[in-house]
Amino acid sequence: WPYCRKRCSYCSFNTYVVPTVDEAAVRACLVREARTLLRLSQVHSITSVFFGGGTPSLASPGTVAAVLEAVAGAAHLPAGAEVTLEANPSSTSTSLLAGFRAAGVNRLSIGVQSLDDAELRMLGREHTAAEARKAVEAARGLFLGRTSIDLLFGLPGQSRDAWAQRLEAALGLCDDHISLYQLTLERGTALAAQVRRGALPAPPQDLLADMYQTARTVLVAAGFRHYEVSNFARKGALSTHNLSYWRAEQYIGVGPGAHGRFVLRGEGGCRREARVQSLEPVAWMREVQSRGHGTRSRVVLSPLEQLEELLTLGLRTDEGITHQRWGHFSPLLSLQAVFGAPGEARTLQQQGWLVLDSGGLRCTWAGLAVLDSLLPDLLWQLQRA
Amino acid sequence: AACERRYSSRGKEKLDMSTYPVESIRNFSIIAHVDHGKSTLADRLLEITGTISKTNRNKQVLDKLQVERERGITVKAQSASLFYSHEGINYLLNLIDTPGHVDFSYEVSRSLSACQGVILVVDANEGIQAQTVANFYLAFEAQLSIIPVINKIDLKNADPERVEKQIEKLFDIPADECIRISAKQGTNVEKVLQKVIEKIPPPQCNTADPLKALVFDSTFDHYRGVVANIALFGGEIAKGQKIVSAHTKKRYEVNEVGILTPNEQPTHKLYAGQVGYLIAGMKEVTEAQIGDTLFLYKQPVEPLPGFKSAKPMVFAGMYPIDQTEYNNLKSALERLTLNDSSVTVHRDSSLALGAGWRLGFLGLLHMEVFNQRLEQEYNMSVILTAPTVPYKAVLSSAKLIKEYGKDEITIINPAQFPDKLSVSEYLEPTVLGTIVTPHEYIGKIITLCQDRRAVQKDMLYIDENRVMLKYLFPLNEIVVDFYDALKSLSSGYASFDYEDAGYQSADLIKMDILLNGNPVEELATIIHNDKAYAAGKLLCERLKETIPRQLFEIAIQAAIGKKIIARETLKAYRKNVVAKCYGGDITRRMKLLKRQAEGKRLMRKIGNVEVPRDAFIRVLKRETDK
Repeated sequence: WPYCRKRCSYCSFNTYVVPTVDEAAVRACLVREARTLLRLSQVHSITSVFFGGGTPSLASPGTVAAVLEAVAGAAHLPAGAEVTLEANPSSTSTSLLAGFRAAGVNRLSIGVQSLDDAELRMLGREHTAAEARKAVEAARGLFLGRTSIDLLFGLPGQSRDAWAQRLEAALGLCDDHISLYQLTLERGTALAAQVRRGALPAPPQDLLADMYQTARTVLVAAGFRHYEVSNFARKGALSTHNLSYWRAEQYIGVGPGAHGRFVLRGEGGCRREARVQSLEPVAWMREVQSRGHGTRSRVVLSPLEQLEELLTLGLRTDEGITHQRWGHFSPLLSLQAVFGAPGEARTLQQQGWLVLDSGGLRCTWAGLAVLDSLLPDLLWQLQRA
Repeated sequence: AACERRYSSRGKEKLDMSTYPVESIRNFSIIAHVDHGKSTLADRLLEITGTISKTNRNKQVLDKLQVERERGITVKAQSASLFYSHEGINYLLNLIDTPGHVDFSYEVSRSLSACQGVILVVDANEGIQAQTVANFYLAFEAQLSIIPVINKIDLKNADPERVEKQIEKLFDIPADECIRISAKQGTNVEKVLQKVIEKIPPPQCNTADPLKALVFDSTFDHYRGVVANIALFGGEIAKGQKIVSAHTKKRYEVNEVGILTPNEQPTHKLYAGQVGYLIAGMKEVTEAQIGDTLFLYKQPVEPLPGFKSAKPMVFAGMYPIDQTEYNNLKSALERLTLNDSSVTVHRDSSLALGAGWRLGFLGLLHMEVFNQRLEQEYNMSVILTAPTVPYKAVLSSAKLIKEYGKDEITIINPAQFPDKLSVSEYLEPTVLGTIVTPHEYIGKIITLCQDRRAVQKDMLYIDENRVMLKYLFPLNEIVVDFYDALKSLSSGYASFDYEDAGYQSADLIKMDILLNGNPVEELATIIHNDKAYAAGKLLCERLKETIPRQLFEIAIQAAIGKKIIARETLKAYRKNVVAKCYGGDITRRMKLLKRQAEGKRLMRKIGNVEVPRDAFIRVLKRETDK
C-alpha cells in the first residue's frame, strides 16, 4: 500500500502522500496484478503473504480481504500460511485490527521505532510513545505471539544510556519478535539534510557499533534468537516471509515499486527473474488496467548472479547457507569447492569471522556485524571459481 | 582546431603598405593590472577606427582562446593594425595587446620592445596595483612614452582624482596628462587615440637598412605552420625572400606577410616600423621564439637585445588518471605545447602512478590555464603531483662504485637511495634566486626564504622603494609553491627570477611510510632531515583520511631507517553491515557489493592492508590552495 499520511524525516521508501486515494481502483489493480503474476509464475502454493508499503494499515480490511481472496483463487493458500500486515501505531485501534484479522491477517508488524517522544518527533513520526504502547497492547490482544515491533537505534544525539533505556522499555512491552534497525541517513531525506547542515550531530561509528552489540547481547539474554542481522525472535516466532528473501526462495511482488524473484513457468520459462513493478501509483494503475500487470523491469538472473544473491542474503542469517540450499542453485560446484580451498574464505575463517562446516557457510557472532566487509572478498572468490 | 584564431587568407586582395610612411606610423601597447580594462579599451579602439563594426557583441575581441574569454584574461599577445585619419593625415596605428599577468612578463617586455609608447590603464577605483607598477617599470626602462589613462570612471566608486595623485607620486607623471575614460561606454576614448598620435613618436627606422625583424609572438596553424607576429626595425620583407633566425640559425623562405586587422590580411610587403605577421615554412613554434631576431640570408644584423629562453617557475608532475590514457595524454601534451613554447616538458615516472611527465610553467596561472586547456580542448583529466628534483650522492663503498661505474650518482627514484654507510656525501641541486620587492615586504620575504632553507647572499636597495635580495635556495624548496607564496605575501608586487647554481652538500634522508610495519614503496620520499618530521606527519594524516577502514587496526607510520618519526592510527571497523535487506533492497545491494568486489581487484595490498589506487592519488596530489 504505497500511501502514507505524511513522510517521516528519515524515509526514502517508494511512498506517496496524497489527499485522497481511490481505494476501489487501487484494490482492483492489486487484485488484477496478483492474479496475472500468479498465473505467469504457475506457483502452486503460497507460504506467506506480506502487506507492506507505505502504511498498509491505512488501507481498509476490505482491500486486504480482496487481495487474499484473489491469491487463494489463483493458487493454494494454506490456512496456516503467514499473513503479515505492517501497521502504524497511529492507525491501529482494536476494532480496526479486528477487522484485519477477520480479513485474514494473522501477524502484525508495528512501526514503533522509538519509545521516547522527543526521538519520535525528530523522526517525524505521527504518534507518541504512549500511543505506540497502546497499539502494541492492542495487537498482542489479537495476535498473541504473532506481533513484531520495529525499533531504530543510532539516532542523532542518542547516547548509550538513552539507547539502553529504550531497549529496556521495549523489552517490557514487546511480543516475541523485534526488528532492530540502525538508522541510515539516506541522501535526500530531511533528516540527512539536517545532519549535513550541522543542525543535528552525526552519530560516531564506534558508538553505533557499541549500541548494536548491547542490543544483541541484551536481547539474547532475554531469550531472543538473533536469527538475522536486524531480526530477533523468541519461542520460534521467526518471520517466514522474510526468511524466504534470505533463502533466495521465490516471491512475487504486487503493487507499485514491489520487487519479485520468480520463474515464469507460465510462459514456458525456466530461469529466475528479478522483477520490479512501476513505482508511481498512477502509472502503475494504468499499466495494470491495460495489460494486467505493471512490471517495469525484468532481468533474467544468470546462475552466478543467483548464487551471488544467495551468498549475500544467506550470510545475513544465523543459519547461513546450507549445503542443500547452495546445491539447489549450484548443483555442480559445492560450497566446499568454492570456499573450502585456500583463499579469502579460509583466511576469514582463520580470523574468526566465518564458519564453513557440515552445517554450511555462515558468519560467526563477530562476523555478522562486519558482514559487508567480508562480502566483497567472498564475491570475488565466487566469481573466480 | 583547438585554437581557432586564423582562417585562410587565400582569396583576399593584398594590401599595399607602402602608402604609410614611417612618420604616419605609431606602434603602441596597452598595459595595465589585471581587470583594469585593457582589453575593453582595445575593443573600443578597434570599433572607433572601423576595424571592427560597432555592435554590442564586441567583447574582448582580441582574446580568442576559450580559456581567455572564460577567465577574462589575455594569455597570448595579439596585434591589430588600425587605420585612423586625423587632421587630414592617414595614420597606421599598430596596437599590440599584451598578456596582463605577471607570469607572462617576458612576453610583455618583448611586445614592448616593438613599441614606441604605451597606454597605461589604471582602474579609477582600485588605483595603482602590482601589475601597474611592474608594467610601468618595463615601459619606463624601455624608454617608451607613457600615456596614463584612468578607466571605469562610470562606476560608482570611481575616484580619478585620487588615482591621478598616485600616478604623479609614484611615476612622476603630471596629473593633467591623465585622460579619464570609460572604455565600457566609450567616453573619451577618441581622445586617447589622438593623444597616441600626438605624444607617441613614430618609429626610428629606415626601409633602406637591411631587414631586422623582432618576433614577439607565434602561433601554430595546422594548415599553414607557424605564424609569427613580427615588428620590423629596419628594411622590408616580402614573399620569396630568404630569412634566417638569429637564435636557431635556421633558414626559411617567406610564404606570406601581412597585417592583422585583427584577422589576417595579406600584404605585398611589410616595411620598417610596421607590425604584422609572417609565414615562412616553420614547423614548430620553437623555431620562432619570442624575442628572436630575423634577418635576410647573407645580411646578418645585431640581434635585438633581451632575448631569453623561457624560465619555468612552477613545476608539477603530470600523470594520466589511468595508465591506459597515457598515449592520449602524450599526444594532447604534444599538441598543446605546439602553441606554447614556454612549457618545459621532461619524462618522469612514479611507482604508484605509472609513467608521466615533469612540467615547468611560468607561474601558477600558466599551469592552471594549461590544465584547463587540457580539459576543455583535449578532454583530458590528469593528476598533478609535486615534482621530483635530481639528487646526487658521492659513494664511498667500493662495491657500489664498481656497480655504477663511477663514484657520483644521480638519484631520481627513492628506491635507488644509497644508505648513509655507503655514502660520503649527499648533494642537492641549488639555484641562486633574485627577488625584487617593495621594501615593506622585506620582513615577510626573509622569513619565507629562511623557512625554505635559503641562505642570503646579497641585499641592496635599487631605488628608494625597492630592494633586491639574492638567496641561494635548494631547488626542491622552490619547485612546488615558493613562487605563489612569494606573490601572495607581497600582494603580487615581488618578482622572482633564478639561475642554476650547482649542487651543495645536504643532510638528506629517505623517509619510508609503513602500514602495520610494512613499507609502502610508492610513498617513499627523499627529503632533507630538517623537513622530515613535518612532512612525515602530514603524510600520515593524509593517509589516515584516505585509506578505508578495515577489519583490523592499521598503524600508519613515517620512518627514517628504523626510527619512527610520525604515527597515526586507523581504527578497525566494528560494525559494517546494512540494516535492511528485503525484497526492494536486494538489487541495489548487489550492485554496490559487486562494485566493491571489482574494486578489490584493483587494490594494492601492503601486507594485509588494502590500499585503493585513489588513496595514492589523493596523497601524492599537488596541494592547491583552492
